[in-house]
Amino acid sequence: MINWFKYSAPSTFYPLAGKLIPVFWTLTAILGVVGLYISFFVAPTDAQQGEGYRIIFIHVPASWMSMFIYCVMAFWSLLGLTFNTRLSGMMTSALAPTGALFAFLSLWTGALWGKPMWGAWWVWDARLTSELILFFLYLGYMALHAAIDDPRRADRAGALLSLVGVVNVPIIYFSVKWWNTLHQGASVSLTKSPSMASTMLWGMLIMALAFWAYTLAVALMRARTIMLEREANTEWVKHLPDVKETA
Amino acid sequence: MPVLPAFFASLQRDLLLVMRRKTEVLTALFFFVIVTTLLPLGIGPEPDLLRKIAPGAMWIAALLATLLGLQRLFAADHADGTLEQMVLSPEPLSVLIAGKITAHWLVCGLPLVLLAPVIGLQFDLPADAIGILMLSLLVGTPLLSFIGAIGAALTLGARGSALLVSLLVLPLYIPTLIFGAGAVESYIAGMGAAGHFSLLGALLILAMAFAPWATTAALRISLE
Repeated sequence: MINWFKYSAPSTFYPLAGKLIPVFWTLTAILGVVGLYISFFVAPTDAQQGEGYRIIFIHVPASWMSMFIYCVMAFWSLLGLTFNTRLSGMMTSALAPTGALFAFLSLWTGALWGKPMWGAWWVWDARLTSELILFFLYLGYMALHAAIDDPRRADRAGALLSLVGVVNVPIIYFSVKWWNTLHQGASVSLTKSPSMASTMLWGMLIMALAFWAYTLAVALMRARTIMLEREANTEWVKHLPDVKETA
Repeated sequence: MPVLPAFFASLQRDLLLVMRRKTEVLTALFFFVIVTTLLPLGIGPEPDLLRKIAPGAMWIAALLATLLGLQRLFAADHADGTLEQMVLSPEPLSVLIAGKITAHWLVCGLPLVLLAPVIGLQFDLPADAIGILMLSLLVGTPLLSFIGAIGAALTLGARGSALLVSLLVLPLYIPTLIFGAGAVESYIAGMGAAGHFSLLGALLILAMAFAPWATTAALRISLE
């Protein structure tokens, strides 16, 4: 059995992450090329929306990732607060910018898609609104983390905030959904989309996997940098081959 | 262990501190009045429009006014070391914190409920809608204090904490705003407000159960 706790120490995680990063970058490149090929050349033109719908292959995976990354952050936070591991906080703060990026990407591509399809850059749909609020939650996490000087305290405060956030996300989603149905009729219904061609679904799934690999690669790179920054004075960092060469 | 005496001691202490320095409370109240006065000036005095925006406008002003008071919740006690004594005290910290949060609501939330009819008249709300508005504020403002306390505790001692707390707390206020203002709107629309009040009450119970606990955890992190 693998001893997972072995890798909860930065000194053992750092080299492991170093080995994994090229793997995930390769996966990102392969899946990205395949996914984009399917989305541009294989997937059929939509009967109603023409070619414009193809932004879905970025938009939907980005939305998925933005929600998924927040849950992963909450998972690391829970782990960090229970086991008091240094790595958890580093992973949480390494994931946050990527999550915010995907939330922003999802909103941005949604606006680009919404303009030709609905005739508006923005509608107060429940999903759009809760995605925007998710983006705010990411910004709040990063702002809190940046505002506390002591990194350990920043990690723990951020962990608590992301746990409070993850409890609130469903509440916010349903309140916005209800508010929305109260205010406007179903002028824009995202849920009643016509059944999708299976190649479209495959395109989206492969793009989502590409984003996933990208997230892992970027988060691990960021976590490695954070480790070096925080543990600059420790023995294991001084004995790292990359550090020795530059010194 | 009897926890009620500790709760009331903490509540009484905070209320006494406020009574000794009344201006701080009045500032938040004046803020509420001024913001709600500015809105018609910016939007226009048409009674129909004002009636329509009144619930939302007053609720948003209430959110912002509560936010103003949040800073005071722990900052002074943190500065003079009282908070550390509370952490060291044999009484459960969450009970003492619940007392402080209740004091914050009595000082920052309850006056808004009492002021609401006056502002409601400015917005030309009918009398029964004002009653619903007051009721929604009565259930909703404690919720704001409970959720806000988590943010205030998290940002304690952080740089730029006054601005930071609004960034953290305002997104979490959204459900309260929706159901609070929604109660009045759906009452005016003739749909009844019972559903909104049930949800608001459920959120309040949830917050009363978990917020003191989360606030305590956040304070312990801040005081490490």
